[in-house]
Parts: sequence; C-alpha cells; structure tokens
Amino acid sequence: MDPILKVSNLHSGYDGVPVVFGISLEIMPGELVAIVGANGAGKTTTMKTISGLIHPLSGNISFLGQDVSNLSAHEILKLGISYVPEGRRIFGKLSVRQNMYLGAYTEKSQTEVSRRMDELFEIFPVLRKRAKQVAETLSGGEQQMLAIARGLISKPKLLMLDEMSLGLMPSMVEKMMETVKAVNEAGATVLLVEQMVQEALEIADRGYVIQNGKIILSGQADELLNSEQVRKAYLGM
Amino acid sequence: MPLLDVQNVTMKFGELVANRRVSFTVEEKSIVGLIGPNGAGKTTLFNCVSGLCRPTEGTILFNGENITGLKPYQIASRGAVRTFQVVRPLKDMTVFDNVLVGAFLKCSDNKRAFKKAEECIELCSLGSVKGKLAGELSIGGKKRLEMARALATNPKLLMLDEVMAGLTSTEVKESVDVICNLRQSGLTLMVVEHVLEGIMSIADKIVVLDGGIKIAEDSPERIVNDDRVIEAYLGAKYSQRYKSEGRVH
Ligand SMILES: Nc1ncnc2c1ncn2[C@@H]1O[C@H](COP(=O)(O)OP(=O)(O)OP(=O)(O)O)[C@@H](O)[C@H]1O
Ligand SMILES: Nc1ncnc2c1ncn2[C@@H]1O[C@H](COP(=O)(O)OP(=O)(O)OP(=O)(O)O)[C@@H](O)[C@H]1O
Ligand SMILES: [Mg+2]
Ligand SMILES: [Mg+2]
Repeated sequence: MDPILKVSNLHSGYDGVPVVFGISLEIMPGELVAIVGANGAGKTTTMKTISGLIHPLSGNISFLGQDVSNLSAHEILKLGISYVPEGRRIFGKLSVRQNMYLGAYTEKSQTEVSRRMDELFEIFPVLRKRAKQVAETLSGGEQQMLAIARGLISKPKLLMLDEMSLGLMPSMVEKMMETVKAVNEAGATVLLVEQMVQEALEIADRGYVIQNGKIILSGQADELLNSEQVRKAYLGM
Repeated sequence: MPLLDVQNVTMKFGELVANRRVSFTVEEKSIVGLIGPNGAGKTTLFNCVSGLCRPTEGTILFNGENITGLKPYQIASRGAVRTFQVVRPLKDMTVFDNVLVGAFLKCSDNKRAFKKAEECIELCSLGSVKGKLAGELSIGGKKRLEMARALATNPKLLMLDEVMAGLTSTEVKESVDVICNLRQSGLTLMVVEHVLEGIMSIADKIVVLDGGIKIAEDSPERIVNDDRVIEAYLGAKYSQRYKSEGRVH
C-alpha cells in the first residue's frame, strides 16, 4: 500500500528562515498518527505547511501520490485534507451555523450538509443551542468545539487536528478523543498534534516526536508511551 | 478581610444567564482555583471582576473597596489584573516591549520598568524569544507572554485564565512552580484551568461553577470526590485517574 501522505525532507519556516529542518513523515491510509513535542518545536509549522498555509522552503509533500507542495490552502482542502488550526480560527462575526456552513463549502448537496450538521449537533449539543450566536461571544471551549465541528463537516480523507484539546473540559477531552478514534475507524486518516501527549498516544497507532524542528524519535504509540525519554520530557514523570 | 469578595454576582447576556448569584471570597496570599464545564461562566466572572463586564446584579469588593462597575484600567491600577484566554498580544511589538507596556502601567520610571520587564521575562522563561515579534510566538509562547505581561503590572491579585492550556505535562509542572513562587512572594492568585494537574496540587480552595451557578466550594481533595463535579465536569476517565494516581495532594 502507498502512503496517503508523504512528507520528505521538509524545510519550512517564516520569511525564508526555517524552523523545521528536514522532517520526513509517512502516513498510511486509515492510520491515526500523533505528532508530539514541546512548545515551539515546529509542530504547527509542519501542519501549516501540509495544509498549504505556508509553502516549503525545500523538500516535498505528496498526498495520494500527487505533489501538493505548492498548492494553495483551498486547493488542498478540495483534495480532502482538512486542517483544524490551533487557537480556534473561527469567523468571529458570523454565527455558529454560518461557520459550519463555510466548513462544508466543498459539499454541493444541501441535504447532505444539513444531515452532517445534525450529526455534529448530536456530538456537540451546546452548538445546537448556540447555533445563532455570534461565534466571538462563545466561551473558549465552545469556540474550540466549533472549530472541530467545522473541520469534521467536510468529511475529509485526511483530518489534521492541531491542539484539539486546548481549552476543553476534561470530560470533553475524553469525548473528543473517542470521537477522533471513531472518525478514524469510520475511514478517515488522522494526523493529530497534541500537548496532551498521553491522551494522544493512547488513541494513536504511531507517533513522531519533534524537537527543535527535527524528528528525534518515532515508533508505535505504545512504545513511545513507555519510553523513558518521552515520559521524562513530556509526561512530567 | 478577604482580598476579593464576590457577592451575589449575576451577569446576563440577553436571555442567557452566564453567572447567577455567585458568591465567594479569596483570602490574601491564597490560590483559588475556578473550574467548571465549558460555558459555565468562568471567563465571564473574570470579566466582571476585571471590569470588562458590568454585573447585572451583585457587588465586588477588592481590598474592602467596592469596585463594581469601575473601568478595567481603574481596577487594574488597584492591583487586580487578569490574563486573556484567547490571547491578544500586540502582535507587531516584540515580546520584550509587550511586557514593558505592562510594566509602565504601574511604574513611570524607565529604569525600574525595564528591570521589572526583564524579571518577568525571566520568570516566564521567555528569555530566548524576547526579541521576537509577539505574533511570531507559538501558542505556548503566547500563553507565557500573557502571564508575563500581567505580572509586569505588579498586581496584588493575579487572575489567570487558562495559561496552561497547550503545555505538555512537563511544562505544566514548570508553570506550577512559577505560580508557587509568586505566592511565596506575596501574590494572591485566582486560576481558571482545565488542566487539573496545574491547579489541584496547589490550590487552597476550588470553586466550581456549572451553568453559571456555584455548585461547590471546597478543598481540592474533596472536590475530585464530589459526585456532582464528577458528573458535570470530570467525566469517568479523569475522575478515575485523579483518584487512583493520587495526583491531588
Ligand atoms: N508567524 C511566524 N513568524 C515567525 N516565526 C514563527 C511564526 N510562527 C511560529 N514561529 C516560530 O517557529 C517556531 C516553531 O513554532 P510552531 O508554532 O511550529 O511550534 P509548535 O511546536 O506548534 O509549538 P506549540 O506547542 O507552542 O504550539 C517557534 O520558534 C516560533 O516562535
Ligand atoms: N457577549 C456574550 N453574548 C452572549 N453570550 C455570551 C457572551 N459572552 C459569553 N456568553 C455565553 O456565556 C456562557 C459563559 O461563557 P464563559 O466564557 O464565561 O464560559 P467559561 O466558563 O469561561 O467556559 P470555557 O471553559 O469554555 O472557557 C457561554 O455559554 C457563552 O456562550
Ligand atoms: Mg503549535
Ligand atoms: Mg473561559
């Protein structure tokens, strides 16, 4: 089988200055893969580059066999990669419902969009209650739920979640981890960046550890969970 | 006399009641944790105390003085200072200058303000990025900057709104040490946090909000065993974990 996503020797950064130095990843169809690392390690930069928000300085990204390194963010979304950025980039002045519609703009059938919207309101009842509320007045956690729902509504082939757990209450973190697992089992490939290293590795198949813009460790999720290095550096043990 | 005395505070947004008759006190040099489900009204309560929202009803005393309805800068200059959950640094200024702005709020002497800013940068482990533009920080960096900015104003009461979100457990531990040091140096803290390792081990008292109402107020040990808190907030898995690992001391 060929990988669904292949990142080869990626250098990426801002204004020509790299902060990611030669990262390579391979994700197989149907896998759930976690990327973990400390603050400022380059996790978000890697995700932004894959989703087309910034472009590689060098190296290569291919999705389903196609070179996507220099495609724009909306072209990449159309191919089936959905990126839920950290820090809840939602449209503050729009309502909850409008935000979700925008997430579904690649889907042409209105009935299908409504069906998915209902499905998501089942997972996030509070969003149904707040459907007409202007997004910027939602609580922090509600905004995060909206960002996740918007990422799910396009039914992506590859779902990329950046700090999904940020600002969610413990029981919601638990529920979200289960939801991601379920979405994955239903067929979506998932790439997860998480500071909640333990939670992420508990649901992931495999993981990569990034430090200072480089991959320093990778392997099966349970191996990483048990590794002395990971426990010391990220699990506070 | 408590440093902060919240009395029957109600905050409505149209139909929605975000805080309903909430009362509690914060003693000087203590650490009080404020927890509760998403949308429970924690940030709204911070907004009321810091003057961003004017409570629909109720009274807030700070250091014995009625501060209900004062402007944010008036409340900040009295020493009650908060951080923002959705971080809003001045993006096009450097990290250092952001903190310096905070320092100048309380201190007009250049040299002292610079020194204060340096101290806070150091305390929040921002030394290596202090020359960067704030907009260029990673999310964890932005959270630490929020804290440094607030600290630079030399507060009596520091209200932290989820400054540990987005940190690894190891980084959370470091933040916990910072907070303990601050208390040692005489600060009073009110901490909103979903990252419970960040608060349960150091708080003197936990206040729990749910649907705008205070449903519990007790020691951390008792709170993690409170059925209502478990159901509304912790969920099965985390209550198990906090109990079995004895993370709460
Ligand atoms: N817009 C930007 N301009 C310049 N530098 C940036 C920008 N965004 C991030 N950086 C820098 O790139 C490095 C990697 O940041 P990145 O956001 O990828 O880290 P991260 O691993 O996602 O961290 P966190 O866990 O805090 O989210 C950091 O040193 C950061 O300061
Ligand atoms: N300006 C506003 N207009 C309408 N509703 C609002 C406004 N501000 C807050 N709310 C609502 O009030 C409730 C309480 O919000 P608040 O931000 O205080 O919650 P919180 O406890 O801080 O939650 P979280 O843990 O998710 O940050 C939420 O349901 C929110 O949608
Ligand atoms: Mg990041
Ligand atoms: Mg909040």
